[in-house]
Amino acid sequence: MPEATAALAELGPSAKVLAGGQSLVPVLAMRLAAPAHLVDINGLGELDTVVADAGGVTVGALARHSRVEHDAAANRTQPLLAQALRLVAHPTIRNRGTTVGSLAHADPAGEMTTVLALCGGSVTAASTDGRRVIAAADFFLGPLESALRPDELATHAYFPALPRRSGSAFVEIARRNGDYALCGVGAIAELDELGVVRSLRCGYLSVSDTPLVLDLTREWEAGEGTVATRARDGVDPQSDLHATADYRRHLAGVLTVRAARQAISAARQAVGAA
Amino acid sequence: MVTRYIGAPVRRVEDLRLITGNGRYTDDIGIGTGALEVAFVRSPHAHADIGEIDVTRALDVPGVMAIYTHEDLEDAAAEPLPVLIPHPSMHAPRTGYALAKDVVHHVGEPIAMVVAESRSLAEDAAALIDVEYRRLPAVVGIPAARAADHAVHRDIPDNIAAHLVQQVGDVDAGMDAAPHRLSFDLTIERSCSMPLEGKAVHARWDPDDRSLRVYSSTQTATSVRAAIAAKLGLPLPKVEVIAPDVGGGFGVKIMHPWPEEILVPMAAMRLGRPVKWTEDRREHFISSAHERGQEHHIDVGFDDAGKILALDVSFWHDNGAYTPYGIICPIVTSTQLLGPYKPGAYRVEFHSVYTTTVIVTPYRGAGRPQGVFAMERTMDRIAETLGLDRAQVRAVNFIQPDEFPYDQGLIFQDGRPLIYDSGNYPAQLDMIKDMIGWDEFPALKAEAARQGRRIGIGLGCYVEGTGPGPYEGAHIQVLTDGSVEVAIGLTSQGQGHQTVFAQIVADELGVPFESVRVTTGDTRRFGYAVGTFASRAAVMSGSAVALAARAVRAKALRVASDALECAATDLEITAGVVAVKGNPTASIPLGQVAVLSNPLRYAFDEAAKAATQFARPADPSTSPVAEGESPGLESSDYYSPPRSTFASGMHAAIIEIDDDTSEITINRYCVVHDCGTLINPMIVRGQVHGGVVQGIAGALYETLAYDEHGQLLNASFMDFLMPYVTEVPPRFEIGHQETPSPLNPLGIKGAGEAGVIPVSAVIAAAVEDAMGFRIDAMPLNPSRLFDLRRDFDAGRLEPLKGRPE
Amino acid sequence: MTEPTEQRESLHEVKLTVNGGTRSATVTARRTLSDFLRHDLGLTGTHVGCEHGVCGACTVLLDDAPVRSCLIFAVSVSGQRVTTVEGLAGEPEAGRPSGLSPVQQAFHECHALQCGFCTPGFLTTVTACLAANPAPTRDQAVEMIAGNLCRCTGYQNIVDAVLRAAELQSAEVQGRQK
Repeated sequence: MPEATAALAELGPSAKVLAGGQSLVPVLAMRLAAPAHLVDINGLGELDTVVADAGGVTVGALARHSRVEHDAAANRTQPLLAQALRLVAHPTIRNRGTTVGSLAHADPAGEMTTVLALCGGSVTAASTDGRRVIAAADFFLGPLESALRPDELATHAYFPALPRRSGSAFVEIARRNGDYALCGVGAIAELDELGVVRSLRCGYLSVSDTPLVLDLTREWEAGEGTVATRARDGVDPQSDLHATADYRRHLAGVLTVRAARQAISAARQAVGAA
Repeated sequence: MVTRYIGAPVRRVEDLRLITGNGRYTDDIGIGTGALEVAFVRSPHAHADIGEIDVTRALDVPGVMAIYTHEDLEDAAAEPLPVLIPHPSMHAPRTGYALAKDVVHHVGEPIAMVVAESRSLAEDAAALIDVEYRRLPAVVGIPAARAADHAVHRDIPDNIAAHLVQQVGDVDAGMDAAPHRLSFDLTIERSCSMPLEGKAVHARWDPDDRSLRVYSSTQTATSVRAAIAAKLGLPLPKVEVIAPDVGGGFGVKIMHPWPEEILVPMAAMRLGRPVKWTEDRREHFISSAHERGQEHHIDVGFDDAGKILALDVSFWHDNGAYTPYGIICPIVTSTQLLGPYKPGAYRVEFHSVYTTTVIVTPYRGAGRPQGVFAMERTMDRIAETLGLDRAQVRAVNFIQPDEFPYDQGLIFQDGRPLIYDSGNYPAQLDMIKDMIGWDEFPALKAEAARQGRRIGIGLGCYVEGTGPGPYEGAHIQVLTDGSVEVAIGLTSQGQGHQTVFAQIVADELGVPFESVRVTTGDTRRFGYAVGTFASRAAVMSGSAVALAARAVRAKALRVASDALECAATDLEITAGVVAVKGNPTASIPLGQVAVLSNPLRYAFDEAAKAATQFARPADPSTSPVAEGESPGLESSDYYSPPRSTFASGMHAAIIEIDDDTSEITINRYCVVHDCGTLINPMIVRGQVHGGVVQGIAGALYETLAYDEHGQLLNASFMDFLMPYVTEVPPRFEIGHQETPSPLNPLGIKGAGEAGVIPVSAVIAAAVEDAMGFRIDAMPLNPSRLFDLRRDFDAGRLEPLKGRPE
Repeated sequence: MTEPTEQRESLHEVKLTVNGGTRSATVTARRTLSDFLRHDLGLTGTHVGCEHGVCGACTVLLDDAPVRSCLIFAVSVSGQRVTTVEGLAGEPEAGRPSGLSPVQQAFHECHALQCGFCTPGFLTTVTACLAANPAPTRDQAVEMIAGNLCRCTGYQNIVDAVLRAAELQSAEVQGRQK
């Protein structure tokens, strides 16, 4: 690890970190970018970790998506992980791509960036100067732009545990299975002692420049129609050759309601089981 | 002939090598032998004059062997690429150069070729070549081409390459007399073949022999050979072209010569080392070929029963930057638009226009999907107007079974009269209606509506002229060990030709299937061929193989009858042994017959030694090889039909629209098709599956998105949406009908394109049925459907007649 | 863009276990695993369809897990274990006279390939998936192949082949247990 941070310190902006490579290598193959150096961290076995405790799940930089997806303890602690990871590309890609890598990539169409933002997680960055923990809210600066400095290596991501009496869900619509979503919504719903929704928060995918999180608790009290309207108003999608902004905005409304219903149902089951 | 193999689902001989990783695709050739590799500088602009090309920095890249631009091309290679299929109506054909000269007309056009020790180094060097461009206005899309504010080619100010009108009967009179008339427009966007293996070329020059061997991932080895010989100034016999295993073609690889097919061999000759090029995926998107983009205007006059009295179609065809393949696609659209119908009068006019985009050459269907879309949407409109059943309106217009051969009165793509040879469209309609449950559907729809679900049904009919000539041939030789070598001139891209033609030979000649080896697409083995396209291989090569096998059989019987001292009519061939009927002990294995057929009989092997027992003393008064005979048990034969043979089919689908998301799901997809005699039903079914999925891809997923600057926005698999298994129905229901072709010995009609042709029409019709408003532009996707629904709900889109608002 | 390459790129020895045997070659750092297998080791069964990870033709097994070899640099996986399509068949034996694996045999029986270009990627993927789930439902069989593109077959026969392979595999296992 010290070699890695030393290399990054020395090479700075002329280097990119290579872990899974599932986002980076296509860019290199198409010669859309040509960094002079790649710092290959695939040998850093000490970063291939998934640790779940009462507080949350800590994922090391080399933990492949598929490892996180199938880690039972991690998913008991924070079910959103598997719920979202199932939707990331295809299993073959997940066997190599890393969760921390996808966060560092900061793609607003990436499922895990939404999950980190929705959970209120953080990323730990290491450099020759030491370590710092960057909260999700401060981590995603723009499309494909994270707060990591060129000399920093993201070593871990932390996903806080799903609160008690809560349920989660992740839904998305894509043109083909495994494609980037046209719109995706993650939801965390928390119930109070009487089983009433006391918190509903949703995170959005592909409909804003950086991961968007909306608190829809009050809207849920007013009804699904209000939730959908608020979601549509809250997102800022773009048009592209696959879908118009209006359609994505429409999907945000539809999928928010779907995700909310599923999360609340999951919460009720969790409460019932407790 | 006892048929054991023809008609049987024989498993493929190709499979063993392909499932063990032992296929030999062009990029696999010569691995580890140090072939040089090629990369191109391709135009980043849609339209530009080229100034200076400075290669100085590129030459410094270690491992670079040579860099070529147009200046370095000589003689014929420096001239424009050929117009393969001229036509009197194509008054302004244009082609590019192997390396661009002075001006480029689409993003992707090759400008410089770098040859280096590896592809990476070649690409490094290519990135260091500085080309001076003076940009010119791009012309993208049919409207811009028509408006002609800017010209794609300076000397063609109106951007029109071709203009053709064909007509039968008096359309104007028919229209005037018609009680009902409709007028409307339709649009289909571009898509493309997109095989999983792109183009690739591997060339070796033998300086001792002064001969060239070229492997190319092509659908026509013989034509590439002729093109290379002409362009590089070599005698034809000194050029060999082989199409090895090819990873899919679907039409794009029938276009030839690609610039690379000339340039890579040229480099091999000049550098004295093998040279290879394998395109990457982006290259394929921007420098191969696309198809499908057309805009149609339809005027139709019909009576109260829905019978078409006059059909007047005019359409615009986007042919891209150049016209090397001529106007085959719009001619196919014009003629095949008629489908299984006989309108009272028909006029079709098209303009083929230039745009600063990739060239347009045939893609599976080759213009038929557009024609079928036009005709089938017309049928649906007629039904809507009259409040009649859509199947009933079609039935009223069918050519009847007793009307064959039916002359549509037009000239087809092969330059021959459009005469349908056989078919039974009413029976097909009954079959497809039965399969999909056409008459029961209204009840199904009502039940779905009660459940809050939105479903719709669509139907599409087509006729496909297959097996166009001018010819194909086959050579069959029985070797002295009894094995049978078959060579056909055309090529394979996964259609199982090595299996299918072995089936024919096994039955026709009476030999075990396992003893037959088929070689395709190798000019060393067979020199005269046209190629694999237009669903012609089974018809053309299948017939040639049958004829050659019959000739070999006849000769075998002649030779054997002489040796066994009986009449040829007393003999039969079973399991590779010629025997007297009813007396199996009087027999000769076919391998020994092969020995006997050659008066020069060195006893090199056991077969030759054994054959001597049958040798009769030579008659000293006659020549050893009689007049009109030749040594060996072999024959070359050709099949050359008077015209194409007409396959046909009907598809129907039930689709469902998600009310919340506008996602479109195909619940059921049924196919009835008639391709005459089936040689291998398993392979035919596979062809239909693959074709239908390409059709669905074209209807709901694929488009080629050019921006106004002529940049292709989706030049990768991330954004060009070929479907995975999850995007298509899990099961296709397929029914067969067989009306044999009277035009060839086995009664075969082509099957290769059947799956793809009517799919867009069927899906548009089903969505229209579900939604209650018109779909006249394809492809569709949930976002576009969402827009249409909003327009409809806001009253900006008319409902279908007779449907609630 | 790139700086002019004034000197040759540095070369690295990559040693892998491929299909049970040790193989090595000396290559540049930017050599992808797919190119390494094909050009440096001569194992041309693995095919390259897109080089951006979408088509799956390049799929091989890395320590038994399917990965896109076009998106991995050979140097990154030195010392690891790779299985390619060439490593799926075994020796002919009593229950398997052709030596073909159950997955290969099933693809042949079900006409699950036409041009064969995508096939190696499907074969390795399905081999790994059936090892993890030997008795898939039809829906699960569809999921197993949902990340591989085929342009020829329309997929129906490939799904049938997955289920047939499961049958053949289970028969083989039962045969061995007797």
